[in-house]
Amino acid sequence: MELNIENLTKSYGRGQPVLNGLNLTVDGSGITAIIGSSGAGKSTLLRCINRLIEPDSGTVRLNDVELTALKGAALRKARRSIGMIFQSFNLLDRLTVMENVLAGRLGYVNFWQASSRRYPQADINRAYELLELVGMEEFVNQRASRLSGGQRQRVGVVRALMQQPSILLADEPTASLDPRTSLQIMELLQDIAGNLGLPVIINIHNVDQARTYTDRIVGLRYGHIMFDGTPADLDDAALDAIYDGKDWNEDPGEAESGGAGGSRGSGGAGGKDAKRELEGARA
Amino acid sequence: MQAQAPGSAGAAQGRPDYRWKRPQFFTNPYVRWGLPVAGLAYLLWAISTLSINWNRVSAGIPRAGRIFGNAWPPDFSRSNLIISGFTESIQIALLATALGLLISVPIALLAAKNIMPRGLHWFGRGIIIVARSFHPVIVAIIFVKAVGLGPFAGVLTLTVYSLGFVGKLLAEAIEEIDEGQVEAMRATGAGFIKVLLYAVFPQILPRQVGLSIYQLDSNLRASAVVGVVGAGGIGGTLMNSFRRFDYDFALAILLLIIAIILVSEAISGRLRSGLS
Repeated sequence: MELNIENLTKSYGRGQPVLNGLNLTVDGSGITAIIGSSGAGKSTLLRCINRLIEPDSGTVRLNDVELTALKGAALRKARRSIGMIFQSFNLLDRLTVMENVLAGRLGYVNFWQASSRRYPQADINRAYELLELVGMEEFVNQRASRLSGGQRQRVGVVRALMQQPSILLADEPTASLDPRTSLQIMELLQDIAGNLGLPVIINIHNVDQARTYTDRIVGLRYGHIMFDGTPADLDDAALDAIYDGKDWNEDPGEAESGGAGGSRGSGGAGGKDAKRELEGARA
Repeated sequence: MQAQAPGSAGAAQGRPDYRWKRPQFFTNPYVRWGLPVAGLAYLLWAISTLSINWNRVSAGIPRAGRIFGNAWPPDFSRSNLIISGFTESIQIALLATALGLLISVPIALLAAKNIMPRGLHWFGRGIIIVARSFHPVIVAIIFVKAVGLGPFAGVLTLTVYSLGFVGKLLAEAIEEIDEGQVEAMRATGAGFIKVLLYAVFPQILPRQVGLSIYQLDSNLRASAVVGVVGAGGIGGTLMNSFRRFDYDFALAILLLIIAIILVSEAISGRLRSGLS
């Protein structure tokens, strides 16, 4: 698998471009984190890859298919190999868990199969296997609106995996979750990247989580890449460059969700910190 | 340090009290006072130009009394006329509701600007605006001229009425859906129709069912009205009874209309509260 982004530019209206001649290559497996403050262009970047947002110029290639040149049916076919999970889960609230999961196959089945919910047996088997993997097999006929946040995101992950994607895009997948659940989702994504060998690109604004769970960190600011390296390379100077010298330790997402409070260290102790938070949440 | 009474905290420290007043809707005092004065003046002028003839009013009151006197007791004896009239009205209402709802779905999709390109969106909006421009009675007069007297004109009239009303509210419901679900379905590689099936229709379904029940209720009412101008149903029977001064028969029909509306209102209210 190789994802190759060249010279990607996008601006909304006449304002400052959100992405400005961005170049990025992601290959193999593992998790790549994209960090940066709000408005740095993280979400736009992800959505330009599967063309939910149309870039102004530049190219995106996935395994030598130029996604930016595709139209109509060819674009929809290419989207099947790009799974996506979302900050607000974006489940079909009024439908059942199983319908949500099977919706991941919409790019493969025909109209009749989609409207009558008569999916191929292989899809149904795969759905059950993946739901068992995330411990949601008992909820198949539950309406999505009745699930908790963590359960919803696990269904979201399963839906994306149903596509049999060759890459997974995750747009702030833990930002709407409480600290404990968000760590569980990060561990799930780590499993997927490791065991299934599926590369994951994840937008995240929790620097500690990015350090703990990812293999590579890309720092974005004003649509430019300010940092690209391993979590170990991400030092205070790099963070200052990404977050414009603002206090990157004050995590807005954690603050919103009420946080676990207490000790949040800076520097390389992120992993331990996250674990401690998890303990705290259990206590 | 001295304890302070809570009410005079500021004053005790030598600071002036804060002053707060609710902001005025019209900041200009001339506008604020001039508007109601102008409104009242217009109302007085309008009443003075109506030239209400009090002699006619006083002559009308005993005449009204005579009509109601003749109407009592209501005459239910011509039951075959009443039954055939109401059956026709109910058929008109049911058929028009079904047709109107069927047509309103594609028109609402056209008119929803979040899922349609701009040109088509205005086309859909245009149909709804035209359908809603005229009262059903005016539409009924046009259809009676076009297809002749009878229930067919009534069905067409109420179909237009239904598709205008349901189409508009359904289009608004579509514009208010959670776009995240649409985005998620597009990301799976689903095309337009599949996105509609999975991300749009389930979200507007409860609204659609509620609107359908309401519209059936509303069409039952309107089917009696459009009959008055010759579009079939009990309205025609009612109009004929007035023309022949059969006030007791007319009263019987009016009482039955009230009864049927009450029943349909009760049923639709029950159904809609059961839904939500």
